[in-house]
Amino acid sequence: MAVNPAIQGRSYPQTPPYLVGREKVREFARAVLATDRASLDVEAARAAGFADLVAPPTFAVVVQEHSLTQLLTDPEAGIDFTRVVHGDQRFSFTRPIVAGDELTATLTVTSVKSLGGHSMVTASSAIVDSAGAHVVTATSTLVVRGDE
Amino acid sequence: MSALEGLAVGDIVAEREIVLTRDSLVRYAGASGDFNPIHYRDDAAASVGLPGVLAHGMLTMGAAVQPVVDWAGGAGRVRDYQVRFTRPVVVSPEDGALLAVSAKVGAIDREARTARIDLTVRFGGDTVLGKAQVVVALD
Repeated sequence: MAVNPAIQGRSYPQTPPYLVGREKVREFARAVLATDRASLDVEAARAAGFADLVAPPTFAVVVQEHSLTQLLTDPEAGIDFTRVVHGDQRFSFTRPIVAGDELTATLTVTSVKSLGGHSMVTASSAIVDSAGAHVVTATSTLVVRGDE
Repeated sequence: MSALEGLAVGDIVAEREIVLTRDSLVRYAGASGDFNPIHYRDDAAASVGLPGVLAHGMLTMGAAVQPVVDWAGGAGRVRDYQVRFTRPVVVSPEDGALLAVSAKVGAIDREARTARIDLTVRFGGDTVLGKAQVVVALD
């Protein structure tokens, strides 16, 4: 089954708010082997001018993931997630994610291409805070392998 | 904290060796919520034709940027970070996987006070990330 090219340009509903927990930031920081004190020690984060712990850059994927699930489970998209390989990833920040943020993501399919029997789906998730201000845009290209 | 002053394109700003073990993968699965079993079960990896349990691409991406985060003066300095996943990182149950990260200045924007740092991440001699670029704000 091929990816439906008509999903190009489609947007999905804003995801429910994700509250960034302080201990979740610490847990994620340790998991990516971060040694930045601002991700681990609240006093260090405050001394650097932040309200609370600063999440490592790739933490945004945790929020993005909820929007990607909408795409992957959309029956009209026709994406067989057992055939999905992560092709590339990008995070573009207006500001870093900080513990205490309440974030939502809105995913838009920016491109669907076919390449040698595979499909490449690029999805861009705009992540905003509770005031609606932009925090980071997370963009993934998923390679959906065709039938061998 | 690092300054733009004296920084030149081509400078190596950080180098680090990172060891990912099976424990690292389980820890990352829990922290990220990515519980795809190809990242911790040999039988699951073998059933889809993989040579072994693979590190999450997002773990490799997340760990590889840390030398730059430390050099630049914290996670809050990262403005943009992108990678292409070009080769899998197979994590041996005994020895894990050794990644060698090298971070080089690719471009400097003195107006915006940012630098683009290009990462080379090698596993067993091969690069595993393509177009791995971090834009950081500097003083």
